[in-house]
Amino acid sequence: MAAGTLAETWARGARLLPFRAMPIPTPFHPRTSEACSSLFWKEWAGYHAVRSYDTCHEREYYALRHAAVAIDVSPLFKVDVRGPQAADFLSFVTVRSLRKLGLGRVTYLCWCDDDGKVLDDGTVMRLGEQHYRITSADPGYFWLARHARRFDVELEDVSGQIASLAVQGPTSRDLLQSVCADDLSELGFFRSMQTRLGNLECLITRTGYTGDLGFELWLPATSAVELWDTLFRAGGPFGLLPAGLDALDVSRVEAGFILLGIDYMSARRCLAEHQKSTPTDIGLERCVQLEREPFLGQAALLAERERGPAWNMAGLVIDWEQLETLFEAEGLPPSLPTAAWRGGLPVYADGRQVGRATSGVFSPTLKQNLAIGQIEAAYGQLGRVLEIEATVEHKRHRVAATVTNRPFYDPPHKRS
Amino acid sequence: MSNNWDAIIVGGGHNGLVCAAYLAKAGRRVLVLERRHVLGGAAVSEEVFPGFTYSVCSYVVSLLRPSIVRDLELAKHGYQTIPLECSFSPLPDGDSLCRWSDGDRTRREIARFSKRDAELYPEYGKAMGQLAAFAKPVIDAPAPKPESLDPRELISLLRLGGRLRDLPTDLRELELKLMTMSAADFLDEWFESDVLKAPMSVSGIIGTFLGVRSPGTAYVLLHHYMGEIDGAFRSWGFAKGGTGAISNAIASSARSHGAEIRTEAPVHKILVEGGEAKGVVLQNGDELRARTVISGCDPRLTFFGFVGREHLPTDFVRDIERYKLRGSSGKVNLALDRAPQFASRPEPGPHLRGDIAIAPSVDYLERAYEQAKYGEFSTRPYINAVVPSMVDPSVAPPGKHVLSCFVQYAPYHIEGGPESWEQKREAFGDTVIDTLAETIPDIREIILHRQVLTPWDLEQEFGLSEGNIFHGELSPEQLAFLRPASGWARYKTPVRKLWMCASGTHPGGGIMGAPGALAAKEMLRSRAL
Ligand SMILES: Cc1cc2nc3c(=O)[nH]c(=O)nc-3n(C[C@H](O)[C@H](O)[C@H](O)COP(=O)(O)OP(=O)(O)OC[C@H]3O[C@@H](n4cnc5c(N)ncnc54)[C@H](O)[C@@H]3O)c2cc1C
Repeated sequence: MAAGTLAETWARGARLLPFRAMPIPTPFHPRTSEACSSLFWKEWAGYHAVRSYDTCHEREYYALRHAAVAIDVSPLFKVDVRGPQAADFLSFVTVRSLRKLGLGRVTYLCWCDDDGKVLDDGTVMRLGEQHYRITSADPGYFWLARHARRFDVELEDVSGQIASLAVQGPTSRDLLQSVCADDLSELGFFRSMQTRLGNLECLITRTGYTGDLGFELWLPATSAVELWDTLFRAGGPFGLLPAGLDALDVSRVEAGFILLGIDYMSARRCLAEHQKSTPTDIGLERCVQLEREPFLGQAALLAERERGPAWNMAGLVIDWEQLETLFEAEGLPPSLPTAAWRGGLPVYADGRQVGRATSGVFSPTLKQNLAIGQIEAAYGQLGRVLEIEATVEHKRHRVAATVTNRPFYDPPHKRS
Repeated sequence: MSNNWDAIIVGGGHNGLVCAAYLAKAGRRVLVLERRHVLGGAAVSEEVFPGFTYSVCSYVVSLLRPSIVRDLELAKHGYQTIPLECSFSPLPDGDSLCRWSDGDRTRREIARFSKRDAELYPEYGKAMGQLAAFAKPVIDAPAPKPESLDPRELISLLRLGGRLRDLPTDLRELELKLMTMSAADFLDEWFESDVLKAPMSVSGIIGTFLGVRSPGTAYVLLHHYMGEIDGAFRSWGFAKGGTGAISNAIASSARSHGAEIRTEAPVHKILVEGGEAKGVVLQNGDELRARTVISGCDPRLTFFGFVGREHLPTDFVRDIERYKLRGSSGKVNLALDRAPQFASRPEPGPHLRGDIAIAPSVDYLERAYEQAKYGEFSTRPYINAVVPSMVDPSVAPPGKHVLSCFVQYAPYHIEGGPESWEQKREAFGDTVIDTLAETIPDIREIILHRQVLTPWDLEQEFGLSEGNIFHGELSPEQLAFLRPASGWARYKTPVRKLWMCASGTHPGGGIMGAPGALAAKEMLRSRAL
């Protein structure tokens, strides 16, 4: 029945738009489209993705921070890696050795080209003795396949077959537990578990992009609608709401996570050298294991360590009182968009530009105006006060912004 | 050991705690003494009935200063708010009005009652928002001293005067009307529909012993718009975990800076020697000394309860005697077996995610006041209800709900004297349930537990003199440089080394934290400790 619904949607889409195959519905589309009363969509990797189900994402944001939400993240790219040399292969293509990654573990990392410039970031999960899955924001199957030739591994692009749903928020575990046979309190941070939710076989990982307690569910696309219904039938008492990408974006800035294509560009897509970033440039140095058997980009990254980093990926807290004063000078109360921005703003110090803020948001939880951006290493120390551009009534100004630790918001229940 | 405190704060209400946190953050050694077993005072969460967390007194938050949230890193200590989505007014005739955060949706709703009102509604909001923005610096700064010749004071006063002058004429006129008119008359100038005016007018009377047709009540309407303009971008919200979670977050922040906080430590009196506060005596007889004492309780309890008239100048005693407390409200908290079903909108929809006003008409509200004037509680009171469990699953078991009802009028000075509330408590509770039953027909069948608080209980249990929820009415003659008494609006008192930091000082009551923060800043600025 679920498959029928999906096929029907597809068929309807094809009838209506015979010459346009883009964007296409995700496996959850029959349900997300029903719930999306605002008709507020965007395109994500060629799929229809909800920005917010209401005219404004606020309700979804608050549900994420104090109850639970379900976010359709099916457009993520997923490649399965199987074979005796799967761990060796992934340790070669990514910046981290995966030979010691235990069964049922998940890790976050990035991968680089030969020059040590980042191509993408994502997670690797170990699903079996010789079975791993790598997720990413950009398609990377053929790039992986090219490097796989000298390893005894099989690659399979499962992006279209596997639906994924992020269930995030402080009540997410209780909600999932109410429909799950296994004990989810056993599932630690960055662990995975194969289990049943209702009648469905499902892989659960304790991962997410919100900085809150949360899980991601992975299962065959044909079961997506049934999973959705199972969760929403049980979800009322736990405050479950569907949430779109706008709410997700607010939370990911609060959590200080970077986003490919916004906070940095994949080296593969860059037209000029200076657009590329090393893992250190974008704050991912903690993912890199340098001293080990050869891997892609190793020589360049070793050389960078000798030189010292050029950039810091900094969290910035923008001074509220200064901003308020600028509004006051225009006779206005302060007002900022409630959605996260990603336009990019110059950052200054000593009278010159020393960096760029690439995304930011006014955090409703912290009551702070936040930004993330790349700052010249010499200016990126914690506590350093820089200046950021602020536009009020179409006039440009500069206000103070203090370099701060990420995550900005890090509730204890995230790891509990 | 017991005499090396820089400050002892009497009362662990949210203002006492804010004051403690700021002082501790500035390196001072602070001790907070709270009478009850829980912190928070009127901002408190308690599991009165197993599995259900009641916000026992205050239930929604708007005015808590964002600067306090930032300075004390309250989010890190667990503070979180969730905006109310709407204001829902069910009517006994089976209809209802719901005002949403979405302007267009609200316009369509109001238009069912009056097309004209629907169009004017956003204009009203804009005008009030502008006036609130004008008033905002007033609540973020200590009250100006009009009699002072200190140039700093004069400048701040001039700035205020200047701001008033800067207002366009129409707004200045509006401001004057607000200061003098009744809430009902003021709204009459804008709107024609009673269904709209009644629930709007009540924000002018909350916590006062006045009716919607009493002059001066229009001014308090403005407070409603204050929260919207300072980086919160939303007026009212729930605190996750109830309003006590706010107090706990502040306490946690204070402790992280080294403050010591004791519960079940009732203060008997403030030690005054040679016109100077030296410490406190606890009810168990323990004497604790400190360089300064700060009262987080209301002015009457502070001066007549803890200090004693003999230590105070006569003028001041007279001012505090005249200070109007006159509690007029009660609270009924209910644990429900399922979500309440309103006859007008039975589904457990988004209309339950905001506040619910039982205020069907202006006459209904005025009749409720009439009874109170003559010493009775209203048989059909104004009720402001919320179902926090709709948006915050942490306060009730899955599928169950909390219905929190703020009830007005319940006069402290009831016929037979305030003690006679002991005998009238359950009758008052029944009245509230009867009133609810007019719009939630089966309410009686789903009640699992009820807690009834009369103004007498608010005084006896929470230390609120005469049960006044704001430590004194928020009427213009008791605000700014007149709060609590002329000449004593800067947190100082006639007793040397005794300070005040709670809702009975500028800028007043509500979960705002501003008195606590401003008092601490004033003490640090004047090197009081
Ligand atoms: C029923 C009710 C509903 C309300 N609803 C709202 C609302 O929805 N939104 C809002 O913003 N405001 C609301 N208010 C007002 C708001 O709660 C108060 O103005 C505010 O919480 C007062 O804080 P405070 O710190 O100034 O004083 P309090 O909270 O009164 O703190 C005083 C403290 O002193 C303690 N104390 C008393 N005697 C002693 C003693 N002898 N020794 C030691 N300690 C002692 C008390 O226990 C208390 O903890 C409501 C109030 C009430 C009563």
